[in-house]
Order: sequence, then C-alpha cells, then structure tokens
Amino acid sequence: MDSLQLIVSGLANGCVYGLIALGFVLIYKATEQVNFAQGDMMMLGAFTALGLANDSHLGLPFWVACIGAVVIVAAVGWLLERTVLRRVFGQSQLAVVILTIALGFVLRFVAGTIWGHDPLTLESPIAGVNVRLGGLVLGLDEIAVVLVTLLLTAALFAFFRRTKLGVAMQASSQNQLAAYYMGIPVKRIHGFTWALAGATAAVAGILFASKGSIDPNTGLLGIKAFAAAVIGGFGSLPGALAGGLVVGLIEPFAARYVASGYSQVAPYALMLVVLILRPHGILSQVHGKKV
Amino acid sequence: MSDVLLEIRNLEAFYGPVMAIRGASLEVPEGAIVTVLGANGAGKTTLLKTVSGVMDPDKGEVLLAGESIERSEPDRIVRKGVVHVPEGREVFPLLDVEENLAMGAWTRSDDGVAEDREMIFGYFPILEERLRQSAGTLSGGEQQMLAIARGLMARPKIMLLDEPSLGLSPILVGEIFSILRRLNEERGVAMLLVEQNAKAALDIADFGYVMELGRVVMDGPAKRLADNRDIREFYLGAKERSQRGERRWKRRKTWR
Repeated sequence: MDSLQLIVSGLANGCVYGLIALGFVLIYKATEQVNFAQGDMMMLGAFTALGLANDSHLGLPFWVACIGAVVIVAAVGWLLERTVLRRVFGQSQLAVVILTIALGFVLRFVAGTIWGHDPLTLESPIAGVNVRLGGLVLGLDEIAVVLVTLLLTAALFAFFRRTKLGVAMQASSQNQLAAYYMGIPVKRIHGFTWALAGATAAVAGILFASKGSIDPNTGLLGIKAFAAAVIGGFGSLPGALAGGLVVGLIEPFAARYVASGYSQVAPYALMLVVLILRPHGILSQVHGKKV
Repeated sequence: MSDVLLEIRNLEAFYGPVMAIRGASLEVPEGAIVTVLGANGAGKTTLLKTVSGVMDPDKGEVLLAGESIERSEPDRIVRKGVVHVPEGREVFPLLDVEENLAMGAWTRSDDGVAEDREMIFGYFPILEERLRQSAGTLSGGEQQMLAIARGLMARPKIMLLDEPSLGLSPILVGEIFSILRRLNEERGVAMLLVEQNAKAALDIADFGYVMELGRVVMDGPAKRLADNRDIREFYLGAKERSQRGERRWKRRKTWR
C-alpha cells in the first residue's frame, strides 16, 4: 500500500516533468533548438493562472483563468521566437542554449517583480480534494494531472501524425532546406511551434500549481524535465512522457529507500546510465543519411 | 520570343565572399528541357537556388513568364509553378513516402492532389509499393524518384533539377532520364536540368548551356553541343587520336 501511494504521487510528479519535457521535444523536433527556458515558461504559466484566478489578484473563474494562461503563455512563446530566437536562426546550437538560459533568467525576474518572490498557492478547485479508491487515498489533483497529461500527449501525437501542419513541422525539422524547396513557410512554422510549446508549458504549470505552492524559482524544475527528455530520447513525444514518468517515479523511491538527498541525484544518475547504455534514449528515432 | 517561360538576365550572386555567378543569362522556353553543363563550382547549383528563391541574387533578374520573381520567398515561387528538386535528393528521411508526397503538395489546396498522386504512381510505380516505408530507408534510386515525384506534386510549370543522376548506376540514370523525357512530353513540364553527366543530359535536352566559373561560355541546341569538339573532349570524354596514334598536347578550350 505504501509503495502504491509512492507510485501514484510519483506518477503525478512525473506527468508534470513529462509535460515540460514534451515542450523541449516539440521545439527540438520542429526547430532543432533546445529551449532551456521551457521550465520557466511552465512557471510563467502557473503564475499567470494564479494572477488571473486568485481572489487577491483578478479573481476570474478558475476555468477562464486556465484558458487565459494557456493563451497568454502561447503568445509569449510565439513572441519570443518572433523577436529573439529568429535572430540567432542558423547560428550554432550554443548560441541558442545560452540565449534560452538567459531568457529563463529574464522570465524568472519578471515573474518575481510581478508576483513577488514568496511562495504562493493557486486557488484551484481540485487542490486538496481526496478520493478514496479501495484502501487508497488519492488526491483529485493527482488524478487530474495524470488524465490531462495523457490526453494532451495523445492529442499532440495525433496532431504530429495526422495533420498536414503536424507533418510539415516534422518535415521542416528533418530537412529544413528541402522544406523551403517545397514552399513550406519554415519560419512561420517555428513561431507556431513555440506557441504550442508555450501552451503545453502553461498546462504543466497549472497542473503543478494545483499540487502545491509556486515561486519564481519553480522553473528550475525544467532541468529535471530536460533529464527526462534525454532519458526518453530527445525527439520522441511518447519518449518525453515516458522519461518524465521514469524520473517522477524514481524520485520518491530513492528518497524512501536510499536517503532523502538521493532523490535529487537519482534522475541525473539515471540520465547518465541511459546515455551510456542507449545514447539515443529509450524511444528514439535514429536514421543514417544515404549519400 | 514570346513563349519564354523562364528567363535569367545578367545574374550575379555571391556565395559568402565568393562570386559564384558572374553575370549569367539563359532562357527556358515553354515546355522545353534546357540543360546547364559544367564542372564542380561552375555556379550551376547557385543558379538554381537563386531561381527558387532560397538565395537572393546581387544583381540581375529572374523572370517567370515575364514577371520578375527574384528575391521572392521560396513559398511564393513554388506557388507560381517553379519547383526545385535539390541535389542529393533531400527527402524527409523519417516521413514515409506518402507523407513526403503530401509535403510536395503543401502549397496546394485544390482537389487535384489525389489525381496527381495517381498520375505520379503511373510514372513511378515503385513509390506506390513503398507508400508506407520511411523515405530514409529507400534505395538511392528510389529516393531520387521520390524527390522528383514530390516536386511534381506541386504541379509545376517548370522543374529545376539539380544533378538527378548523382550517385546512381548507369541503368538507373537511363531509367530516370527516360521518365523525365516522358514527363516533359506527356505533361508539358519544362525543365532546367543541371548535370555533370553531360551525355545523359544532352540526350534528353532540347537546348544546352555550358557554365564555367560563374559564366555561360557556350550555348546551343543540344544536338550541336553534343557534336562540338570541345564539349566532346571535356564533357563527353572523347579522345582524338593524332596521326602517330598518341597525343602529346593538351587541347585548349576554344572559348578561353
């Protein structure tokens, strides 16, 4: 029973990691850029929802606030691509990495300036409600996290597979030049990708904020999600989710059975093991180019 | 001439600091196959890239049916009916054949897409068999066919073909070039064909240009080029014999 409880809370945490990892993978898949500000976009999503929903701030109905937060962070993602990322388009990967790390700092301080640096709690209708299933006590927030994550991943997966725009996003990441030759507007697709990653981050943020308090440094969680994306195989959407779940599960167990400090180390240790044994991640797409 | 489809006038383009095209002019009449021959670095690929809008020229004009298209975005040029089939195939490796073809039709939203796909399978039956296979796992020849088929999906008026023979066996080159010829005759697709395989290119082309170091040094109907002594020597590999059975001099190109 004890370990079942651990599994459930681990899964719920893992879903949040998975959603952030999904944002990493989305952007990487479509633009070959790694967005180290993804965790901070998640934080921004959480705070935007909080700012819209909490009575001490705007006090809008919860669901309106959720939709508002998703739209706003998607717009932020689009704007960042449009104004900043496009300028380093075609530059080395390192430039993008440094730029996005810096963007993370900026987002953190912007959030700190608007909402303060103290922990705040989102007034969410699903927080603190418990559901009994047999002998198991589950938080409604945990169930919601798992369900929303599964739905969102399935929707994104279907979008990439089935729609023309989704396939074009894959095409422009696999061969950007050829995408240009086919008349695919690659730059507009990059903007759209960042908006989509922003929306995903906002959902992750709202779910995370439903589980506990948030402060501007919450976004540092993104590093753990990055490890999750690497474990899952950068470039695979189901892999990102799987990696997130693995990281989420390993944490409580490491804390319970090894020593509490190890829960922080475990995800990265696992990432190293995966990199040694399966350098392309658990679920990866690898191909060699024919000459 | 009123039936000129594509006209390039005094084009100059830089590749970084290198002047890749130094004032080239050429014409592709409606429904014709025009080939551009030349060695590595002659500026052939740059020429095609400037036409398809992937590169901007520094000077000069590119006219499509009289309308200036240089410096337009690539997607606008594709919509106007110019499709670039790049060197080295450049298929989308992780997408399957069907998705690759769908990407070729990205700029289109008319009902003719499915019809065109059937038409293409008529020319390239192997692609229909491989419909669900990811393009990266196709053989080189199949990838080249896919690249051409993907270009055709945009229903182009003119195709810019960059070295379709690259890395293929002579049998496959023959097969692909005869399909190109058929596409030209039956569908009326004009082609600007850049090639190092001069023999294959001159066999199917109506007209040819020779480029060297960014300039057009020679032009003429394909037949006449194929009979030209310089072309025979430098591009078709024919060796003249002297009266003593061996040759002790190096011929100079007469256009130098």
